[in-house]
Amino acid sequence: MAPEDADQGISQRIFYIHVPIALTAYFCFGLGAWKALRLLWLGEERYDLESYVAIHQGTIFGALTLLTGSIWAKASWSVWWTWSSRQLVLFLVLFLFYCAYFMLRFSIEEGPRRARSSAVYALFGVVLIPISFLAIRLASDFVHPVVFNLDGPQMSGTMFVTFCVSWAAVTSLAYVLYRIELLGKRIDVGLRELREALQ
Amino acid sequence: MSYAADVAALARKDLKVELRTRDTLPAMLLFVLATLVVFHFALPTNAADDAAYGLLWVAIVFTALVGLTRAWVPEHEHGVLDGLVLAPCDRSAIWLGKTLATLAFVAAAQVVALPAFALFFAPLGAPAIAGVLLADVGICAVGSLLAAMAAATRSREVLLPLLLLPLAIPLVVGGVGSAVSSEPSRYLLFLGLYDAVFAVLSWASFEYVVTE
Repeated sequence: MAPEDADQGISQRIFYIHVPIALTAYFCFGLGAWKALRLLWLGEERYDLESYVAIHQGTIFGALTLLTGSIWAKASWSVWWTWSSRQLVLFLVLFLFYCAYFMLRFSIEEGPRRARSSAVYALFGVVLIPISFLAIRLASDFVHPVVFNLDGPQMSGTMFVTFCVSWAAVTSLAYVLYRIELLGKRIDVGLRELREALQ
Repeated sequence: MSYAADVAALARKDLKVELRTRDTLPAMLLFVLATLVVFHFALPTNAADDAAYGLLWVAIVFTALVGLTRAWVPEHEHGVLDGLVLAPCDRSAIWLGKTLATLAFVAAAQVVALPAFALFFAPLGAPAIAGVLLADVGICAVGSLLAAMAAATRSREVLLPLLLLPLAIPLVVGGVGSAVSSEPSRYLLFLGLYDAVFAVLSWASFEYVVTE
C-alpha cells in the first residue's frame, strides 16, 4: 500500500491513474505513427487499420487524461482547468489534432488515398508532440508538480512500485482494447468483402 | 529540367494564374483589413499592446487560411493535378512550387497588414517582423500539404482549418513571443526549428498525398 502524500494528501492518489493513462496515450500515438510509417514505407494495407486503431485508443486515453487531470486540478488547485498545467494543455492540443485526424479520415473515400493521407497526418502528430511541448514550455510559467526530473523519480519506493504496477495494468488494458478493436474491425472488413462477393 | 527549374516553373504558373484571375490575393487583403477593424472593436479601449499582438497573430493565421483554402482549387477544378502528378518531375517539386507561391501571397498580404497594424494598434519591432516571416514559412509549408490533403476530401473548406489550427499553435506561441518577449531570440530559434522540421516532413510526405 503506497503511503499518503504529505503535501497533497488523498488527492495525490489520482497520480497513479492519471500518469499511466497519459503515458499510455503517448505510447498509442507513437504506435499509430510507427504503423503509419510502415504503411508508407512498405505499402502494406493492413498497417492502415492498425495505425487507425492505435490512434483511436490513444485518443480515448487522451480524453481520459484530460478528464483525470481536470479532477486532479480541482482537488489540488480547486479549479477544473488551468492553463498553467503544461501536460494538460499539451493533451488538449493533441486531442484537437487527433479529432481532426478522424475528421480527415471519415471525409475521404475508403482506399489507398485515405490510408496514405491518414498515415501522413499521423506522422505529423508524433512530430507535433515534442514541438508543442517545447512551445507550451516557452509560453507558460510552471506550477505543475514535477515528479520525474533528471535525477530520477521523486517518490518513495512503495509509491514507485504502485506507480509501476498501475502503469503496467493500464498499458495491458490498452493493448487488450487495441487487439479487440482490431479484431472487430478486421471481421467487419472480411464480412463486407464476403457480402460483396455474394451479391 | 533540374529540380530548381521545375519548382520555379510551378511557382511561376501559380503567380500567373493569380495575376489573370485575381481570386486569392484581393480576398486575403480585404480579409486581413476587415479583421483588424473588427479587432479594434473587440479590444477594450484600455487594453494593453500585448493583447493587440495576440490578435495580430489570429489575423495572420486566418488570412493564411483564406489563401490556403484557395491554393489547390484551380488544380482540382481543371484536373491539373493529375497532369502534374504524371509529369516527369519529382512530386515534391509540386509541393515546393505551391509553397513558394502561397508564401508570396501571404507575404504580399502582410506588406499591407503589418503597416496597417502598426498604424491602428501598436508599433512592430524587427524581432516581431522576423517572427512573422519565419512563421509564414512554417504555415505555408505545412498548409500547402494539408490543403492538398483537404482538397481531395468531401468537406474541403471546413476541414483545412481543423487540420491546420492544432499544428499552427506552436507558430502562434513563437510569433507572439517574438513580439512581446524581452528576449525574442529563443522564440525566433524555436520558429526556425519548427520550419526546418515540418518543411522536411511535408517535403518528404507530399508524394504519398497526391498519388492514387
